[in-house]
Amino acid sequence: MTSTTYVRYELVRVLRNRRFFLFSLGFPLVLYFLVAGPNRDVHDLGGSGVSAPLYFMIGLTAFGAMNSVIAGGARIAFDRSVGWTRQLRLTPLSPRSYLVTKILTAYLTALITVVVLAAAGASLGVHLSASVWAETIALLLIGLLPFAALGILFGHLLTVDSLGPAVGGTTALLAFLGGVWFPIQSGFMHTVAQALPSYWLVQASRVATGGHAWGVRGWAITVAWTIVLGAAAAWAYRRDTERA
Amino acid sequence: MIELQHHAVELRGIEKSFRSPAGPVHAVRGIDVAIAPGEVVALLGPNGAGKSTTVDVLLGLTKADDGTATLFGRPPAEAVRAGQVGAMLQTGALLRDLSVRELVTVVASLYPEPLDVDEVLELVGITGLGGRRTQKLSGGETQRVRFALALVTNPELLVLDEPTAAMDVEGRHAFWATMRAFAAQGKTVLFATHYLEEADAYADRAVLLARGRVVVDGPTTEIKALVGLRTIRATLPGADLDVLSHLPGVSAAESRGEAIVLRCVDSDATIRALLERFPRARDIEISGAGFEEAFLELTRDHDRQEEAA
Repeated sequence: MTSTTYVRYELVRVLRNRRFFLFSLGFPLVLYFLVAGPNRDVHDLGGSGVSAPLYFMIGLTAFGAMNSVIAGGARIAFDRSVGWTRQLRLTPLSPRSYLVTKILTAYLTALITVVVLAAAGASLGVHLSASVWAETIALLLIGLLPFAALGILFGHLLTVDSLGPAVGGTTALLAFLGGVWFPIQSGFMHTVAQALPSYWLVQASRVATGGHAWGVRGWAITVAWTIVLGAAAAWAYRRDTERA
Repeated sequence: MIELQHHAVELRGIEKSFRSPAGPVHAVRGIDVAIAPGEVVALLGPNGAGKSTTVDVLLGLTKADDGTATLFGRPPAEAVRAGQVGAMLQTGALLRDLSVRELVTVVASLYPEPLDVDEVLELVGITGLGGRRTQKLSGGETQRVRFALALVTNPELLVLDEPTAAMDVEGRHAFWATMRAFAAQGKTVLFATHYLEEADAYADRAVLLARGRVVVDGPTTEIKALVGLRTIRATLPGADLDVLSHLPGVSAAESRGEAIVLRCVDSDATIRALLERFPRARDIEISGAGFEEAFLELTRDHDRQEEAA
C-alpha cells in the first residue's frame, strides 16, 4: 500500500526545498540559455546531427533530472538522521512502500525539470512532434533508472554531511563525461563516455534525428548499470531495514 | 477455561544485551509482563533500568536476545502493520519542510482508521500551531506534536516513552488529561517514566524496573509503600521498633545503634506523631525523595533475595 497523501506531501517537501530549485531547475535553466542561446542557429552541433538548442535542451534536462533523481533517493539519509525511518517502522507503511514513495517522488520532480526545459527549448525554436517527444521522454525516464538506484544507495550509505558533495560531485562528473556540455564524438573520452549511463541519457536527443537513439549498445549499458546499481541499492536498503 | 481475549501486551522472559567498549551491557535480563486490554500501565524506573529497551522490544524495533513479545496475540511487527499500535518515542525529530497539520495528515494517511486531524490538534492543544513549519517548534511543542502523531493513528495500544520529558508544567497537565480521556475509551496505554508521581497519578498499575528486571508489578500504592518517599533519621536510644513502624506514614523502621531510620510515605504525619510519642528524639534529619537511591536499594534487596533463593 502506498499512500498517495504521503507521496503528495513528499513532493511538497521537495518543492519547498531551495536546493531542489537551485540544482534541478534554476541551474539547468540558466545554463541552457547561456550555452544554447548564442548557438541557437547551429543546426548540427559538433557533428552530433542534432541542433544546438535541442542537444543542450536534452543535455541539461538530463543534468537536472539526474540531480533530481539522485537527490530523491539520497534524501533517505535525511529521514534516517532525524529518526523518521524509525518512526515509520511503527506505522503500517512497509519499507517497500516507503522506497516506492521515494522513487515516485524523485521521478515526479524529474518530470518538472523535463517540462521546464521543454518550455525553454521551445522558446529557442525547438519543435518536436508528439511522437518524438513521447519517445524522448520515455528514453529519459528509462535512462534515469540507474541514477534512481544510485540515489537510494547514497541514501542508505552516506551521512547527511557527505550527501551534498556526493550528489553534486557525482552529477557534475557524470554530466561532463556524458556530454552534457559538448558532444563527445571520438577519441578516448568517447570510449569512456559510452560506458556511462549519463552518456545515453544525453543521447535521448537523437530520437529527433530518426532511427534508434540508443541502439543495442545504449540499451545494454543502461540495463547493466541499472542491474549493478539496483543490486547495490537493494543490498544497502536491506542492510538498513532488516537490522533489528 | 479458554482464554477468549489476548493480552494487549505480553512479554515473556525478555533478555537483551548490547556490546560496549567495557564489555556486554545487560540492558534487560528476564522481563515478564502481561497487560490486559484497557489497562493503563506505567513502566517505572530510574535511567538505565531498561525501560527504553523494553519499549523497543515490545514495538519490534529491537530484537530480543531471548524471550518472546506479542501484542494482541501476534508478533509486534504484525500488530504494527495492522495499525493497532501508536507510539511516541523518546528520540527522533519531525520531518521538516512540512507544517504541523500536514505532518499529522501524512501519518494519519498511513492508518486504516485514523482520527480526524483537526480534532486531534484540538485535543492536544496545538490547533494554533497547525500552520507552523515543524522545524520552527520549541522542545515542548515538538513533544506535543509527537503526541498528536501517536494519537491520530487511533490505536488500540498507545505506547509512550518518557512522554513529558521536554514539557512545561502546563503542557504536562494538558498531556495527561488527554491521555486519560483516550484511555477512557477502553484503550490500552503503556508509558515509561522515571517519575513516581506520574505513575501514581495516571496509571492503574506500575511495573517497576531496575537493572533490567521487574522489581515490583502492582498498584502504584504498593510501590510507594515499598520505596518510601522520605527518610527520617533521629537519635532515639532504646526505641521500640515495633511501635515506630506503626507510626502513621511509616513503611519501614530500623535501628542503627542509638539512631533510628524511618522510611516514610507521608513524612509530615510521621514527624508529628514521632515528636508526640517520643519527645526525646533529637538530631532529627528528614531527607528527600532520593527516588533513584531507593530504586537501587530495592534492587539490591532483590538481588540478595535472588542469591539467597
